[in-house]
Amino acid sequence: MSNVSQAAKQSSPAVRSEGFDVAKLLLEGRAFFALIAIIVVFSMLSPYYLSVANFLTMASHVAIFGILAVGMLLVILNGGIDLSVGSTLGLAGVVAGFLMQGVTLNWFGVVLYPPVWVVAVLACMLGAAVGLINGVLIARFKVPAFVATLGVMYMARGLALLMTSGLTYNNLGGRPELGNTGFDALGFNRLFGVPTGVVVLAVIAFIGSITLNRTAFGRWLYASGGNERAAELSGVPVKTVQVSVYVLSGICAAIAGLILSSQLTSAGPTAGTTYELTAIAAVVIGGAALTGGRGNIRGTLLGAFVIGFLSDGLVIIGISSYWQTVFTGAVIVLAVLLNAVQYRRRSKLASSTNGQSTSQKRGKAEAANPAHGKTAG
Amino acid sequence: MKPASGNGLATGDAVLSARDITMSYGGVHALKGVNFDIHRGKVTTLFGENGAGKSTLMKILSGVVMPTSGEIVLDGNIVSFSSSSDARDRGISIIHQELSLAPNLSVRDNIFMGRELRTATGLDFAEEARQARALMAELEEDIDPMTPVEDLRLGQQQIVEIARALSVDSRILIMDEPTSALSATEVEVLFRVIRDLTSRGVSIVYISHHLEEALQITDYAVVLRDGAITATAEAKDIDLEWIVRNMVGENFDLGSPPTGHEFGEVALSIEDVSVVDASGSGYSVVDHLSLDVRAGEIVCIYGLMGAGRTELLEAVAGRVPMAGGRALLEGEDLSGLSIAQRIGRGLVLVPEDRQRDGLVQTMTVGRNLSLASIEAFAKRLFLSRSRERELIDSSIRKVTIKTAGGNTMIGSLSGGNQQKVVIGKMLTTNPKVILLDEPSRGIDVGAKAEVFRLLSERAAQGLAVVFSTSEVNECLSIAHRIVVMRRGRISAQFGANATKEQIMAASGEAVIA
Repeated sequence: MSNVSQAAKQSSPAVRSEGFDVAKLLLEGRAFFALIAIIVVFSMLSPYYLSVANFLTMASHVAIFGILAVGMLLVILNGGIDLSVGSTLGLAGVVAGFLMQGVTLNWFGVVLYPPVWVVAVLACMLGAAVGLINGVLIARFKVPAFVATLGVMYMARGLALLMTSGLTYNNLGGRPELGNTGFDALGFNRLFGVPTGVVVLAVIAFIGSITLNRTAFGRWLYASGGNERAAELSGVPVKTVQVSVYVLSGICAAIAGLILSSQLTSAGPTAGTTYELTAIAAVVIGGAALTGGRGNIRGTLLGAFVIGFLSDGLVIIGISSYWQTVFTGAVIVLAVLLNAVQYRRRSKLASSTNGQSTSQKRGKAEAANPAHGKTAG
Repeated sequence: MKPASGNGLATGDAVLSARDITMSYGGVHALKGVNFDIHRGKVTTLFGENGAGKSTLMKILSGVVMPTSGEIVLDGNIVSFSSSSDARDRGISIIHQELSLAPNLSVRDNIFMGRELRTATGLDFAEEARQARALMAELEEDIDPMTPVEDLRLGQQQIVEIARALSVDSRILIMDEPTSALSATEVEVLFRVIRDLTSRGVSIVYISHHLEEALQITDYAVVLRDGAITATAEAKDIDLEWIVRNMVGENFDLGSPPTGHEFGEVALSIEDVSVVDASGSGYSVVDHLSLDVRAGEIVCIYGLMGAGRTELLEAVAGRVPMAGGRALLEGEDLSGLSIAQRIGRGLVLVPEDRQRDGLVQTMTVGRNLSLASIEAFAKRLFLSRSRERELIDSSIRKVTIKTAGGNTMIGSLSGGNQQKVVIGKMLTTNPKVILLDEPSRGIDVGAKAEVFRLLSERAAQGLAVVFSTSEVNECLSIAHRIVVMRRGRISAQFGANATKEQIMAASGEAVIA
């Protein structure tokens, strides 16, 4: 037995040395290199791009997508997809705007003006509730994630439009005598010069990273996304994990909705339309596999920054917004192409050393055809 | 009876021959220099245990997969098939063991899938339906060609599969377990069709686990064992006993039952358990079965495919619901407990299909090993990396997994080592009872012996072990008790001193007087 551990020790340097493969490094760090390239190119094209002030402005744009993307990453790691985050973002913003106007309780004849922190908590709870609906539909009622979240996307958007009759809440400032001021803090305050939105993104990313890497929940998520059946047989509560990721994604969407309406000083029912697609793009550019089980927070953040810095850069150098759309699309296609290359390499490596397909198929055949038997004595 | 050699018989009448075929998957050799002749206008039956390489050889001969090395000779010319449709165009068709039908399509559309009959403007549905009806009539099966395949019972689906192969008018027809779901009358009809085909000059390759049945229809018998041909003979010269002897071969020593320890109390008690077929047909795959296993005892469940072994083990582990009965772990009723709770109480299952149910391919060896015992290294909310590493390192050592370390990707391991990871993962939870469904499937004989040694060591320390197998040799290794399952019931129980013939007879595989 000691031979095995000896062999392990001796061969581990060899495993590490593979890391010096330049092509592999470029492939695996592609989001990072893409971000560097974007910064370098735009810095050369525009004198305004490379400045702390511009970076902070761009970062506060990235914050919205970044927060959505972290939630989306959890869902995608589970092998699902959440198309409802853009609508949830809009709904949360509208509900926050509604609460800021004061809640009239007819029975008691009073108008309640909840303080901003209560508004924020309620909005997050709303996001969680939307996520719970998604999660229950998918985990309990086996509705495909794409369809379930598509339906919820429409419902949330419709509710937001109904609540406002299609109008926008423009007055989110609150009044000092009512004690509900401070909503603009999320969008405009700075902590050591960093916009609050970016700080929130950093906090969420940090918590997300710790959760994925250091907690049982993170391990369960990677396992159930990689192979749900194996995870279940190993005692992983796969249903709970599945519901949780949608709830967390909903909360992230609500937080993004609060920050966005604060940045815009208005809460409109159409806010966040198609943002879910940007979030998915960020996750994919960050190297996550849509089949689940592969991806991390670092990559997803890089993906969000690639998209944000690219589109803001195109604005700064004065390229038309139509071209921006084309460029963003091209980056996404390129990213997915490279993902495919990377995973093909991996699966080739894996399949070259493990065969047995015949006997496994046989196993499946037996499992699938339990009536196979001695009926034909 | 002829000596073991692929060329032992006259080769002049061979229509299709495999010459020195080797097939390797990574380090595993599924076929080792096989020579195999298909006799013109005759039935040639290939015998062999699970994993002997029968299906692999047939897939090579029908162009489904390319061999690692070796030649295929068709009518005296060396050929190479680029795909199964290439082989079909040359007159070779195959009825796969696993049904390859599209359940949503009709019988007609399945029969003509991929080679639809065309008219100038579209598809000739009327002609397709006419031919499909004719095929059903030939097979004496009352199936309307427009019925969706998913509405048919399994045996009828198999008939459709056979009809599809017949519809091609092939010269060579390979039938891999065509009768596994057929009734006795359906088998008779099939045999009549086979005789009719051979009288028209069609050459048939037949594979079946029903040895007697195969012996009725075949002209030539070829036995494959561990990827090599071990015997070839004309059917008139041989009997069942000859087939069994050549199939099973010499015993590779897989160990013997561990002795020197007393069995403890009953660890697992299965009481009157029934499991209903998952497809909703109401058929009981496990039928009021009861079994007790004591601490330290090793029980082998032997049975053919479909005997209900997998369903029994999965029901006890909580993977599939029981239709009746209950399982008790050390006297505690497990009914209503989740898989996780059963693992927590000390009952674990090593599933049959390790790729599908055992491993998370996106994770490392270490994380696969520690997956079932996360509580053991969790400190309140967080996981302790150092404790996890200790746990992984000790499992790798105990289960003797040959890997560069816990951070290696699981896919880079050989089949045997992957299997040890799945077993190691469950043993790391310190179970009281371990259920293993075909633990030796798809691993080489050396790894098999190591797995069995590991299990007997743990049994000596008081672990109750239940493993299922469809290879007789494995029953006669470490098991203290052999339970034979047939059609969802226990048909016989033997001690460690049973003979292969007794076991195989009880399973319904071969009745030897």
